[in-house]
Amino acid sequence: MSEHARKADTFIRDEARTDWHDKALWHVREKRDLSAAQLPEWELLRETASQVKDNVLSNLDNYLLEFEEKAIKNGVHVHWAENAVDHNRIIGEILEKHNAKKIVKSKSMLTEECKLNDFLEARNFEIIDTDLGERIIQMRKEPPSHIVLPAIHIKKEEVGELFHKELGTQKGNSDPTYLTQAARIHLRNKFFEADCAITGVNFAIAETGGVVICTNEGNADMGCHAAPVQIHCMGIEKILPKFEHLGIFTRLLARSATGQPTTIYTSHYHKPRPETEMHIVIVDNGRSEHLGKVDFRDSLKCIRCGACMNTCPIYRRSGGHSYHATIPGPIGAILSPNSNLKQYSDLPFASTLCGSCSDVCPVKINIHEQLYKWRQEIYKNNELTKSKTIPLKIITKIFENPSVFNSLGKLARGSLNHLPRFMIYNGLNTWGKQRELPEAPKESFKQWYKNNKDG
Amino acid sequence: MKVGLFIPCYIDQFFPEVGIATLELLEKQNCEVVFPEKQTCCGQPMANTGMEHQGRKIYSNLAELFTKCEYIVAPSPSCVHHIRSHYDIVDQTPEILHLRKNTYDLVEFLIDILKINHLEASFPYRVGLHQSCHGLRGLHLGKPSELMIDMPSKWNRVLSMVNGIELAELNRMDECCGFGGTFAVAEEAVSVKMGKDRLTDHIANNVEVLTSGDMSCLMHLQGIARRQKSGPRIVHIANILNGTKL
Repeated sequence: MSEHARKADTFIRDEARTDWHDKALWHVREKRDLSAAQLPEWELLRETASQVKDNVLSNLDNYLLEFEEKAIKNGVHVHWAENAVDHNRIIGEILEKHNAKKIVKSKSMLTEECKLNDFLEARNFEIIDTDLGERIIQMRKEPPSHIVLPAIHIKKEEVGELFHKELGTQKGNSDPTYLTQAARIHLRNKFFEADCAITGVNFAIAETGGVVICTNEGNADMGCHAAPVQIHCMGIEKILPKFEHLGIFTRLLARSATGQPTTIYTSHYHKPRPETEMHIVIVDNGRSEHLGKVDFRDSLKCIRCGACMNTCPIYRRSGGHSYHATIPGPIGAILSPNSNLKQYSDLPFASTLCGSCSDVCPVKINIHEQLYKWRQEIYKNNELTKSKTIPLKIITKIFENPSVFNSLGKLARGSLNHLPRFMIYNGLNTWGKQRELPEAPKESFKQWYKNNKDG
Repeated sequence: MKVGLFIPCYIDQFFPEVGIATLELLEKQNCEVVFPEKQTCCGQPMANTGMEHQGRKIYSNLAELFTKCEYIVAPSPSCVHHIRSHYDIVDQTPEILHLRKNTYDLVEFLIDILKINHLEASFPYRVGLHQSCHGLRGLHLGKPSELMIDMPSKWNRVLSMVNGIELAELNRMDECCGFGGTFAVAEEAVSVKMGKDRLTDHIANNVEVLTSGDMSCLMHLQGIARRQKSGPRIVHIANILNGTKL
């Protein structure tokens, strides 16, 4: 069994919890449908966003240089990181230069990708995730299970227990308002004490050199407005050419993510406040290599809305952690093999290729087609298990030869009807664990045709 | 009009009644139907597992069987979608191009090519339509719920021509059943859970007969329903359109 299949199997054993998880995410998908349906221009927005991103990916070098030039003019320190090691080292150096010990961070999948928290904690920095969901999973020492709703797999009762232990809230109290208030007080103190604020970036505008950060909690702003040093970490693909393009994406992002018309906060950062420093770290970490893969480059259009997770019938029933990657779900399953084909060779198979992800995607990434293409790459690179390749090679030979197909079919149908049940339904028959095989008819269609129609 | 019948491998072996209904339906519409007996499979099982290059010979074999047919019709949107979209890896010979261009799903063929407006069929049951993903999102036989466009459903159109039929509304109108080819075995736990959830939706909406254009989805759903000893009757759309009596 593949790692995803094994983890999914474990997740599903608690069927009531699986149903709860499925319904929670399906509810988000329904909210997305309602808000998208209110815009007559929805499909035009998707198409336009996709084309803007095509342009960005085709001219990325120029836009990045333009962005850097404008940002430097604005008084921002710009750093280039070739990989995760560089990214973490650069941030470490900025912190040491300012003798910063306490850091608040708003949500950033890039810093997850680079394992920044582990790096900083190992060097005795205090790094606090300030998005509520992120803070919850940080306290639980778990990775996020969703890119927008990182703690979607956790029930409020479990948060109540966690906060009782970590923040001293009343035992047994899991009232969301009460717990949120407790987190708010806890985080407020962290914001006041912080020596540095780190954020991710939703959009970086080449024309202005500014970065845009979308949150619902205002936590990025609380951090950046209070700390003497702010650092924004962005992947190279976050670029938009002009400020006028931003509205296309902000309209799509929140509606696709949660069904909101816009995120509560859409914050624009252009230059440091007086007496403070602003840094932007631009990270490659495999993206430029990814850009060179014609079949797969479109996945770099992703704006991290999470809609493909909410819609995915597999994700909803297997949980984000079953994908054992920084980014789970359908988009994670096509991004992750870029960085390590061997480790993530199971993920493109964690799909029925139903295509819902591609149709829900606000930037029209052909996710399910890329899943199909990754499967071909995985076979070519000998990462497909023998338990898959050998039976399929045999079946191929059977399908190539109609008379073999006909006689073997007859034999199989005969066996199904005559063998005792224990010979058919046993440990070797995975199909039959929870399903019956079809009843075998006496005649195949071909036999019927020969007897009734032919000649 | 000369129509070549393509009966996918598992329909041939396990569900001959679907092939028979398809053939009869086409003949009632005055098509001259031929059935080349050397056909086996479209090659999708290998391709979806990453071994599409293994299937190249299967692709060209299939194409050669149908060169004399104006159209090729199969009661399976999934196989039709595979032929149209994924036969791009072999040499695009006239035979392959002919096959890719002229192969239709049965329902699609009835609506788009034969442009039928009525059927001699009655089916007095409350029917739940399972919109199979490859038919829905691959061939656009219906409107995927994610897309904000007008797209009339060919499935609904053709079912509405059947006397006495009542179509049920479902809570989730187009969620995948979890079959997914080798996915059904490789990811058995998720696959079965998805199928159970689809059945629950149909049962909750008092569906008497569950139908679909794709027998593979139905084989999976039927397998679960029979093990659970509960659930609606399961009938392929070709049988309903051909006036099958239960």
